[in-house]
Amino acid sequence: MDLFEYQGKQYFAQFGIPVSPGGEADTVDEAVAQAEKIGYPVVVKAQVRVGGRGKAGGIKLANNADEVREHAGNILGMDIKGHIVRRVWIELSSDIAKEYYVSFTLDRPNKVYLGMLSAEGGVEIEEVAVTNPDAIVKLAIDPTVGLDLATATKWVADANLDEEAREQAAALIVQLYTCYVDGDCDLAEINPLILTTDGIVRALDAKVTLDANAEYRHPEWEVWSATDTEDPREAMAKEKGLTYIGLTGDVGIIANGAGLAMSTLDVVNQVGGEAANFLDIGGGANADVMTAALEVINADPAVKSIFVNIFGGITRVDEVAKGVIEALKRVDLKSPIVLRLDGTNAVEGRALLAEHLNENLVAEPTMLDAARTAVAMANGR
Amino acid sequence: MSIFVDENTKVIVQGLTGGQGRFHGVRNRDYGTKVVGGVSPKKAGTDVEGIPVFASVADAVTETGATASFVVVPPAGATAAILEAAEAGIEFIVCITEGIPAHDEAKCFNTLKTHFPNTRLLGPNCPGIISPGKCNIGITSGDIALPGGPVGIVSRSGTLTYQALHELTQAGIGQTTCVGIGGDPVPGTNFIDCLEAFEADPETKAVMMIGEIGGSEEERAAEYIKAHMTKPVVSYVAGVTAPPGKKMGHAGAIISGSQGTAQAKMEALSAAGVSVCLNPTEAGSKMVEIVKGL
Repeated sequence: MDLFEYQGKQYFAQFGIPVSPGGEADTVDEAVAQAEKIGYPVVVKAQVRVGGRGKAGGIKLANNADEVREHAGNILGMDIKGHIVRRVWIELSSDIAKEYYVSFTLDRPNKVYLGMLSAEGGVEIEEVAVTNPDAIVKLAIDPTVGLDLATATKWVADANLDEEAREQAAALIVQLYTCYVDGDCDLAEINPLILTTDGIVRALDAKVTLDANAEYRHPEWEVWSATDTEDPREAMAKEKGLTYIGLTGDVGIIANGAGLAMSTLDVVNQVGGEAANFLDIGGGANADVMTAALEVINADPAVKSIFVNIFGGITRVDEVAKGVIEALKRVDLKSPIVLRLDGTNAVEGRALLAEHLNENLVAEPTMLDAARTAVAMANGR
Repeated sequence: MSIFVDENTKVIVQGLTGGQGRFHGVRNRDYGTKVVGGVSPKKAGTDVEGIPVFASVADAVTETGATASFVVVPPAGATAAILEAAEAGIEFIVCITEGIPAHDEAKCFNTLKTHFPNTRLLGPNCPGIISPGKCNIGITSGDIALPGGPVGIVSRSGTLTYQALHELTQAGIGQTTCVGIGGDPVPGTNFIDCLEAFEADPETKAVMMIGEIGGSEEERAAEYIKAHMTKPVVSYVAGVTAPPGKKMGHAGAIISGSQGTAQAKMEALSAAGVSVCLNPTEAGSKMVEIVKGL
């Protein structure tokens, strides 16, 4: 789950990381009310999960209520790289002396944590990595050992942060590490981490990705899950407990297993089509799951055909077939279905389906054949 | 021969008394695997269809001489179960649990690396390992595998592993061992571990490797293959059409920025001399062709 900046800052604050006072607003009036509470000057910041907000005009300084009204009015509803701004974050303006960068993430090849620190923040870190790689000081952290203040203190010196920022920065970095680990983040990034003209170090931005697998031990994440997805199809699927990702094509996909689902998208693409979604129904392909999956796909106006690709392992194909038959009674489908059923009990499953087959429910022997048929159907054959 | 397990491997099941543990544990035993015990602190002294249940892994090891463990424990307790097995001297641990928090996996992996260097973890979030006709630890259906070799399979995905087994079995080509390394960001066993073992196994004559988007394990495997493998490798990488920034079902299957794309992985594997195929069926056919030419 990717957090918005304001959510990330709220999370940071729970771990004691200093952030500027601020509040969120969904309307111009709310924005003005927040600003009046905070005191001027404030910054009006678009809340979108994409970089380059400043350049797009999504971050503006406001010295009074009229300016807040003007900027919030312009920014709310703005399209930033395909993301519509529905919320702004109003925060007390900072007088910035220096901008740094710090982040923690997993170093997958080495299976340890990777900390990155740079005295050159405020720009895309990927850009710094290319133009001035020496400006990024990396730190490998053994997850069983952790990061202590002494190591952080040495690290800020190695990265050449300004003398007056070091003590506060080291303490903040330890707090950020705690947030990363105890807060179950996949990524915890501050860019920029600022030193103000009056000598205060704090997080001016927050980029946080939470590990969905850890949701069970973080009831406090609940408040953020409502804003987790902007795609109404994904929101519907999430409600039904399905692993679904919305895409832009017209062939609806249902498969069991993440790898097979990914592979199904690829095969549809190879035969000249494009998938409308990724949907992994996992091991439990019973009538309820199949019904839920077909409902979500049926609600997508772009879908012209549906490709159900099942390879039975633990999942028994006869159970899948029963699920499909039952789901067809419950859902009034507007697109034809192409089935490819293989693996455990495939013979029994196909036999069950035989009498139900017609021009809107077609079975194919292989994945490639089924993909071709589904794409042909989507193209109106 | 097989890698990591064989017909003599004695296995205990941690979580045998749960629904999944019972189903797969008994199924593995019925396949012919030497499932010698289960572990459940509250149900010690009972049995599951004739498989005795012990209070701890240590007790089970003492009583049965088991050297492998099959961990079927929910996410919150899975890494503790893995470490309990390692402490009890288990050498090979298969964990199928899906949904373990990444930090738990990272801590567990590094604890094993530092304190139990001789213990191998397979998974988590993997289908397990099957050496057809000898040993099956995990959730793979034994009847889609064919004993006798000469192909070794290593895969990050469960269903694509079944698909690969099925394609080969349909063509009458057997497998020495099929290893599912799992789709999480911190796998205990990686491609290179398996490639190394297959290269050393005299009965394995060719290897099928199934990757997917995310991370750089396929690129690293490509380097290894180029430098060390003499046996032919056929590969398929899932997720060519996956959008960046989205986790495609598996926690580890995500393109981050420009990192971890299927394209980059396929190019690296091609450059290492691997036969890179565009879908599982094509990979199956390619392997059939290679085996027939051996």
